Amino acid sequence: MFSNLRRKYDFTDYILWFIGATLLVAILYGSYVTLSSGKYTTEQWLNFIVFGLAQGGIYALIALGYTMVYGILGMINFAHGEFFMFGTFGAFFVAEALAISGFLESNPLLSIIIMLAAAMSVSAMVAMLSERIAYRPLRRAPRLVPLITAIGVSYFLQYTARGFFGSGVEAFPNVPALAGSIAVGPITMQRSQIAVFAATGILLLLLWLIVSKTKIGRAIRAVAEDKDAAALMGVDVDRTISITFALGGIMAGAAGVMYGLVFRQVAFYMGFVPGLKAFTAAVLGGIGNLAGAVLGGLILGVIESVGPSLFLDGIGIPSPHQLKDGIAFTVLVLILIFRPSGILGERLSKRA
Amino acid sequence: MRTRTLLLSVLVIIALAFTACAPAPQPAAPAEQATTAPAAEDAAAPAEAPAADAAGCTDPLGCIEIAAGDPIKIAYALVTAGPNSALGEDSVRGIEIAVDDMGGELLGHPVEIVGEDTGCSPEGGQAAATKLASDPSIVAVIGTSCSSEARVGAPILSEAGLSLVSPSNTAPDLTDAAKRVPGYFRTAHNDLVQGAVAADFVYNDLGLTKAATVHDGSLYAVGLTAAFADAFKALGGEIVSEQAVNVGDTDMRPVLTTIAAAGPEMIYYPIFTAEAGFITAQAKEVQGLENTKLMAADGSFSQDFVNAAGEAALGMYLSSPDFSAFGDAYQGFLTKHEEKYGGAPLSAFHAHAYDATNMIAAAITAVAVQDGDNLSIGRQALRDALGATTDFQGLTGNITCDPNGDCADPKIAVYEVTDVNSWNPNVTSPIKVFPK
Repeated sequence: MFSNLRRKYDFTDYILWFIGATLLVAILYGSYVTLSSGKYTTEQWLNFIVFGLAQGGIYALIALGYTMVYGILGMINFAHGEFFMFGTFGAFFVAEALAISGFLESNPLLSIIIMLAAAMSVSAMVAMLSERIAYRPLRRAPRLVPLITAIGVSYFLQYTARGFFGSGVEAFPNVPALAGSIAVGPITMQRSQIAVFAATGILLLLLWLIVSKTKIGRAIRAVAEDKDAAALMGVDVDRTISITFALGGIMAGAAGVMYGLVFRQVAFYMGFVPGLKAFTAAVLGGIGNLAGAVLGGLILGVIESVGPSLFLDGIGIPSPHQLKDGIAFTVLVLILIFRPSGILGERLSKRA
Repeated sequence: MRTRTLLLSVLVIIALAFTACAPAPQPAAPAEQATTAPAAEDAAAPAEAPAADAAGCTDPLGCIEIAAGDPIKIAYALVTAGPNSALGEDSVRGIEIAVDDMGGELLGHPVEIVGEDTGCSPEGGQAAATKLASDPSIVAVIGTSCSSEARVGAPILSEAGLSLVSPSNTAPDLTDAAKRVPGYFRTAHNDLVQGAVAADFVYNDLGLTKAATVHDGSLYAVGLTAAFADAFKALGGEIVSEQAVNVGDTDMRPVLTTIAAAGPEMIYYPIFTAEAGFITAQAKEVQGLENTKLMAADGSFSQDFVNAAGEAALGMYLSSPDFSAFGDAYQGFLTKHEEKYGGAPLSAFHAHAYDATNMIAAAITAVAVQDGDNLSIGRQALRDALGATTDFQGLTGNITCDPNGDCADPKIAVYEVTDVNSWNPNVTSPIKVFPK
C-alpha cells in the first residue's frame, strides 16, 4: 500500500479516489440511517447474512474454477458458468431416476453422493473437452484470443444444452431429507442451506489438500509459477493444465448439485448469471488466489443479500432488492479502486 | 500487461452483466416510436403501392390478395418456449380448436396458422413482431402473450398495417387512450378489473388490511400491482411494502426478509412462473412469513408454476378469468380440448384465444371482397371491422370492443390451490373461492 506513495499520482488516480470516496460515504450514510431506524431486528440481519452465505457458497465453488484457470493460464474462462450448468443437468437426470425408483427417499445421503459424482464427472468432462478442443491450440496466442474464444465456447455450450434438453425449466426433484429447517441459536436455518455449508467446506478442504499436499498439486503450482521452467523440470504441462480444468469442473459440478438442491429449478440458461457472479467473486477476492475466490464468493453473496436493505432502505429508495446486482458491482468497483488486485490478490503489476 | 487484461475483462463482464440484468428496453417513449414510424412506412410504401393499385384496392393501408386455393394466413405471436411456455401454448391450443371448428377453412380458403415465439420478454416480442411484419401475406396476428412483448411488438405490427388481437395481454397501459397503437385489440381483461377483484377478495373476504406487493419490472406486473394497490387503498387497506425483483433472480429470501420486516398479512406477487415459483417456495422459509397469505395472478396460473413452487403452493391464491362464468359452449370446448390434447387446459387464456380467432374470422368475413379470382382484404377495413365488434358471442362472454381496443367481457375469480399434484381448474385444483 505504502509503496504507492513513491509513485507519482496522475489525474486519473484522483478521479478514481473521488468516486471511491463518494460511494463509500453514500454506503456508510445509507447503512447508518437504516441501522438507526431500527426497521430490522437482529434476527433479521442474521437471516440476511445466512441467506447470503448460502448463495455465496455456491458462488465460491464456481469461482474456484475461474481462479485456478486464471492462475495457471492467465486467461479468463468465460465458459465456466456453462460447466456448472452441465453439471446441474447431470445431477438432475440422476436425481430424476433416483426419485422415480424411490431410492432418493430411502437413501438420501447416498443419493446426494451419487448426484455429486454424476455432476462432477459431467462438468469435469465438459471442462477437459473444452480445454483440449478450444483452448489448447491457442496456448501461445495473444492473450485476448483465448478470452474471446471462451465467450464463444460459452455460447456454444449454452445452445448445445438448449438443443439437448429443451428451452423449458425443469423442476429438480425434492429431497425430502433436506426439507424443513433447524433452529440454530436465534435463527432458523434451512436444512438445504446447512447441506450447502457442509459440502462447500468439505470440498474446499479436499481441494486445498490436493493443491498443497499432492504431487499433482505441486505440478499445478509449478506451472502457474512458470510454464517453461516447469516443463524443463519434467512436469507435463498439458496434462497439468488439463487436470486443473478438471478440478475446476469438479467444483462447478458440486455447485450445480447445491444449486439444484436449494433452488430446485434447472434450465439451459442458468449458468450465465451465476458464472458472471462467480467471476466477479474471483476478481473481488483477488483472481489467481484460491482463498480469495472463496472469500470473494462469500462476500459477494452477503453483499447481495444484506446490501439492498442496509445501504438503500434507509435513504428511502423504493424496491431496493431490484438493485442488488448494481450494488454488487458498485462494491466490486470500489474494492478495485482501493485494491486493484482484489482483497487477497498479489500486486499484479509486479508480475507484468 | 496482466493488469490491463484484467481490467478489460472486468469491463467486459460488467457490460455483459448489465445487458443481462437490465430490465430491458423500457416501454420507451411512444413519442419516439411515433417519430420513427413514418420513415419506416415511407420506405415500405413504394413497394406495396403498385401492387395494391393494380388490384384496384382503395384501402389506405393496402390490401392482402389471396388467390384461389391459397390459404388465409393468420399468425400468432405467443410465448411457446421457455419458463412461460404454458401461457402461450395454452393460447395456441385455443386457436387450433377454433380453426378446427371452422372446418379448417374460411370463405372457401384453407386457414393456415403460422407462429413465432415471443419469449415473454420485450426483446422476444420485438423479434417476433419484426419477423411477422416482414411477411405481407399475413392477414392478422393473434398475440402477444405477455404485456411487455406487446409494448414493443404491437407498434411494429401496427406500422406494418397489421391488426392484432391479444388473448392474454392484461396491462392497463396497452389500451390507455394515449398509448394504444392503431390496430391493437384484446379479448383478455384489463388488469384494472383484475386488481380490483383481488383487492376486494383480500380486504372483504379474507378480512386482511395489510398487504405487500412484489413486481418484476415487467409491464404486466407493474400495472397489476399498481391496480391492486390503488383498489386496496381505496377500500381502506394499507400497502406496507412495495418491492421488486429481477427476471432471472433465484434467491428471494433477502427480499422476503425485507417484506417480513414490514409485517404484512398477505403478499401479492402477480409475476411469472419461475420467479413466482421461487417466491412461493422460499416464503415459508423466512421468519415472520410462516402464516402470511400468498397470492399471485393469471401470469402464473398454470401447472408449471405449481411444479416450480412445489408443496409450498398449497393453500395459496391465484386470480384468473372465471371459467365457471363462461357460457355453456365452454364445456364443449373442454371436451374438444380433452379429445385433441388430453388433459385440462394448461393455463388461463385458451378461451380468449379461441374468441380472438373467431373475432378475426368474423371481421375477415365482413370485409373480404371477391375480386376476380382473388379474395381481397383491406387492412384498414379489417381494423375497422375488428373495432366495430359488438355483442359477439364468445366462450368468454359478450365481446364488444371499446374505442381503445378493450373487447373483453371481464369476469375474474380467485382460486385456491388445493392439490399440488394435479391441475384442472374447478375440478381438482385450483378451486374457485371468490366471488362466492
